[in-house]
Amino acid sequence: MLAYILRRVLTGAVLGVLVTFLTFWLLSFSFDGVVANVLGPAASPSAVAALKADLGLDRPLIVQYLDWLGGVFGGDFGVSFFTSEPVTDAVVSRLGVTLSIVLIALALSVVVSIILGVLAASRAGVIDRVSQGVSLLGLLLPNLLIAIVLVVVFAINLRLLPATGYTPFGESPLRWAASITIPVIVLVINGVSNMSAQIRGTMIGELRKDYVRTLRTRGVPTWSIVYKHALRNAAAPALVVLSLEFIAMFGGALIIENVFALPGFGSFAFNSSIQGDIPVIMGVTVFSVMLVVGVNLLTDLINGWLNPKARIY
Amino acid sequence: MISAAVLLIIVLLGIFAPWIAEHGPNDAALSAVNAPVGAPDYPLGADQNGRDIFSRLLYSINTSVVSALIGAAVAISIGLTCGLIGGYFGGRIRGGIEWVFNLIMTLPGILLLIVLMPLTKGDFRVTMLIYGVLLAPGIYRLVRNVTVGVRNELYVDAARVSGLSTLRILGRHVMPVVQGPVIISTAFLMGSAIGVQSGLAFLGVGSTEVPSFGAMIAYGFTNLYVDSLQFVWPALMLGVMTASFVLFGNSLRDALEGARPKASSVSKSAGSKGPARHEQAPKNPGDADALLSIENLHLTYPDPSGTPKPVLNGVSLAVRPGETMGLVGESGSGKTQTAFAALGVLPGEASIPEGSIKLDGRELIGLSERQLRGIRGRDIAYVPQEPMSNLDPSFTIGAQMVESLRAASSVSRSAARKRAIELLGHVGIADPERTMRLYPHQISGGMAQRVLIATAVACRPRVLIADEPTTALDVTIQAEILDLLRDLQAEMGMAILLVTHNFGVVADICERMAVMQDGRVVETGDVAEVFRNPQHPYTQKLLASILDESVVRDDDRVLAGESSEGIN
Amino acid sequence: MAEKLLEVESLHVEFPGRGFRAKPHEVLHGVSLTIDDGEVLGLVGESGSGKTTIGRAILGLVKASGGEIRFQGENITHVGPRRRRELARDIQVVFQDPYSSLNPALTVGDILSEPLVIQGSTTRDARARVKALLDQVGLPADAAERLPREFSGGQRQRVAIARALAPQPKLIVCDEPVSALDLSTQALVLKLLIDIQRETGVAFLFISHDLAVVRHISHRVAVIYQGEIVETGPAEIVTSRPEHSYSRRLLLAAPVADPIEQRRRREERKRLAENGSMETGAGVR
Repeated sequence: MLAYILRRVLTGAVLGVLVTFLTFWLLSFSFDGVVANVLGPAASPSAVAALKADLGLDRPLIVQYLDWLGGVFGGDFGVSFFTSEPVTDAVVSRLGVTLSIVLIALALSVVVSIILGVLAASRAGVIDRVSQGVSLLGLLLPNLLIAIVLVVVFAINLRLLPATGYTPFGESPLRWAASITIPVIVLVINGVSNMSAQIRGTMIGELRKDYVRTLRTRGVPTWSIVYKHALRNAAAPALVVLSLEFIAMFGGALIIENVFALPGFGSFAFNSSIQGDIPVIMGVTVFSVMLVVGVNLLTDLINGWLNPKARIY
Repeated sequence: MISAAVLLIIVLLGIFAPWIAEHGPNDAALSAVNAPVGAPDYPLGADQNGRDIFSRLLYSINTSVVSALIGAAVAISIGLTCGLIGGYFGGRIRGGIEWVFNLIMTLPGILLLIVLMPLTKGDFRVTMLIYGVLLAPGIYRLVRNVTVGVRNELYVDAARVSGLSTLRILGRHVMPVVQGPVIISTAFLMGSAIGVQSGLAFLGVGSTEVPSFGAMIAYGFTNLYVDSLQFVWPALMLGVMTASFVLFGNSLRDALEGARPKASSVSKSAGSKGPARHEQAPKNPGDADALLSIENLHLTYPDPSGTPKPVLNGVSLAVRPGETMGLVGESGSGKTQTAFAALGVLPGEASIPEGSIKLDGRELIGLSERQLRGIRGRDIAYVPQEPMSNLDPSFTIGAQMVESLRAASSVSRSAARKRAIELLGHVGIADPERTMRLYPHQISGGMAQRVLIATAVACRPRVLIADEPTTALDVTIQAEILDLLRDLQAEMGMAILLVTHNFGVVADICERMAVMQDGRVVETGDVAEVFRNPQHPYTQKLLASILDESVVRDDDRVLAGESSEGIN
Repeated sequence: MAEKLLEVESLHVEFPGRGFRAKPHEVLHGVSLTIDDGEVLGLVGESGSGKTTIGRAILGLVKASGGEIRFQGENITHVGPRRRRELARDIQVVFQDPYSSLNPALTVGDILSEPLVIQGSTTRDARARVKALLDQVGLPADAAERLPREFSGGQRQRVAIARALAPQPKLIVCDEPVSALDLSTQALVLKLLIDIQRETGVAFLFISHDLAVVRHISHRVAVIYQGEIVETGPAEIVTSRPEHSYSRRLLLAAPVADPIEQRRRREERKRLAENGSMETGAGVR
């Protein structure tokens, strides 16, 4: 088990190195622009060269990359070209906002999807039609539109919730909750539409399997067949969707944060990309890859626990 | 297909934008700043820079369509090619491709698009090119799965044996199957590409010169308190476009793949809508002392159009206490459906228009699931055909046995465990304690069947319904399982209804037999009697088809042109 | 000594193990058999014995890891794809499952003419040949325009047999060709196979788990057990008075459709078991 986790973490590290190198290489085509950004349009060529040397951008690409990588393994992600703020601090504070929205939305989506998907599969009829309607709705409209509609209706017309802005949890938990409610709802609509359809489909397949009939012939109660046996077997494919859904929600959050003017990862990444703040961009990339690797590992571990055939460790 | 028409109109509007719109998308007129809807020359008004919203809307269509085309084209060309290769070849080639796609899939896509802005310069075409690569794994997985499925079909092996080259097999046998799903997902891909493109444009990724829904929404949004309608138009248009793509994809799927799986209730017992009618059914001789008696049982399933299609047409059958009754027939004769009806485990869509199933005089049709639960496992038990698929793969043998035992008789967990171990020993499993801890995939088929039999007889049922209990097993194992059933019956005195297509099995274990054809029992009688002197022509035909034990091929091997007499 | 049509000599086949760097799993441990021109060799074994793998190795669908397969004296164990495609003219196949072995999207005519066109026949010749083939397997001529789903299992198997006959091969590998069929259909298809074999003199490798079926069609019978051939001989002897203990077990385990004879057989089997020569079949995997 420990060896398995270790191996997965190592694979994750390899993935991280690969992705960051790719990003770094692609970014290297725009280094000149970055320097011009820092100095402003009127900078003389000699000043540009001097700054390039100063930032270390004139060295061979691989040397720059290895230098940066060495720092990362030592816990040092460098400082922003523009604000001189340490990258780690900046990333962590922004990531917190986005992550809290995403994780809350993900947890809610899972619960709602399971209830909706299982009920739809095992009861059929009206519940099934409702669940299919919900999943179609989420598919039909992009996150952005749902976000805007909700803002206009709840925040601007009804004035129930704040339209924009963010209150840290430490300041006022209640206002914090209010400030993230609409973004969470937007992500949940999308998450439920993806996951409930998946769970419904897998559950329908599972409930038609032979072992379900056999359990019935033994007098095993229906709730046990549905929630203990079928749901557990349906969980493996659902988990794959869950880890993909995390990535999708993360991406979705980056865009809708902007609707609500939340100081999250999306606007942060956007601004640093516009400016060409290389250390920050790299930090953003590393943290998000780590996040994805972590979530994938977690879902695989849960899958192994649920599904004895998948226990590879 | 309304969605398709809507899409077509939208696309045409975009193409003919230069002729329809009065102004260029970036023509700003100071006089028109924040012009209201219906202003002269500005049908939908103008934005805060004095640009014609109607014109921008039309030009934005082109941006969206181009985004959708680029994203989908890249995703499909990469995903389809790799999917076909990976799916058909397998082994190391697939391993390598798979690794790359898994890597792409774990990339935080939208973030990457933002991060790479310095490279893409915000050009939506380059951005969509990258997004297409990020979408490719979805198509790859789809194509690979379909291809692997086709690859495992014997007709592909047959084509190889016929001398078709790999390329030809892919083109002739694999592509037609892959086509449908790929076309369907293209519609969804396009919808999602448009959504992402507008999301990014909303963020501000991209040139301000390029009109797009996202950018328009962003402008309108910041201008919300001045003119709340400005963001409504692009939002509406974007919504209509993505929704049309998704709906178009859905209707394509319905058209190409037929109905999607419908949910059906797990526990609804078939035909429980009202009391069973007892019509003048022909009574079987010896019904009086029957333990399980089925009379004039009719069963229907709805066909795709919903009209009931008969599966059983008046089955009458009686099983006496302690006897083994063989229910014989060819595939489609309805023998398994009869067994499921007796157990009350027909699927939800089945219905029983008339007939009666009595266990020891008690009518089973019309009982609620709760009432049936009290009978199942205790009075009537079931041994299935395919041992592996009838065990839940996620639970240990022990856990499944204990749960079943406790469902049928209210005993404590530890007592149930003890009884389970005892039963496993009883059915000839060498190390019961160890077997209790194993998962189904860790035991052989023969052993799984022993586990299922042990669980079925746990509460000493009065009737055991065994549906082809040895068909999935090898003959040597079959003989052992039949011996086990015979021994258990001698010990417990239960009646067995044995469904089979194999006359050898009937001859081995049954005392009486019933022959089914087209949803009816055509002949019932003592096994020895029926074998010696079959009455019904169908029984006679079946018995005549049995390969005679004594016939051995005795003619010599032949060379072309030689003739000889027929067999038999 | 006359040249055999097919010679398989100490054939080994292994499949890659499951998982990364898993040990390969050998399913055939040195199988040898021969088939003469115009001869039917029955190959009997239980599931997992490797009987299907032998057929697939001869057809080139799985790779041999050791040993040799010779067809008319030519070593075809590792021939390249071009020569393999040419061999399609001489070696053909009929699979067990008549549902999966016919492409549901092609008409019967297309299915049958595919191998002919590949081997260089013109469309017109192919059409005439398809008509003759349908007639040979007892299907109506208008079957060519119809799709496989319009046919019953037995009729589909006739189509599959016609496809195998199309290039007038010298050897057909029949992999459980009647096992998926109902009893009455089984007897008819088996009779068709015997008739065709007599008329055309094609050789069969007839793979089955059912001794009764093998007995009907084979000149010689080989019994395979756990990847090894344990007994080969004339059909009459192997299927009624086998020498090897496993063959005997197999014979006695198959129930006969005669209550009195079956009781006698059961008792004989139990006697044999009590003598201790019988290992238990249900073991932990």
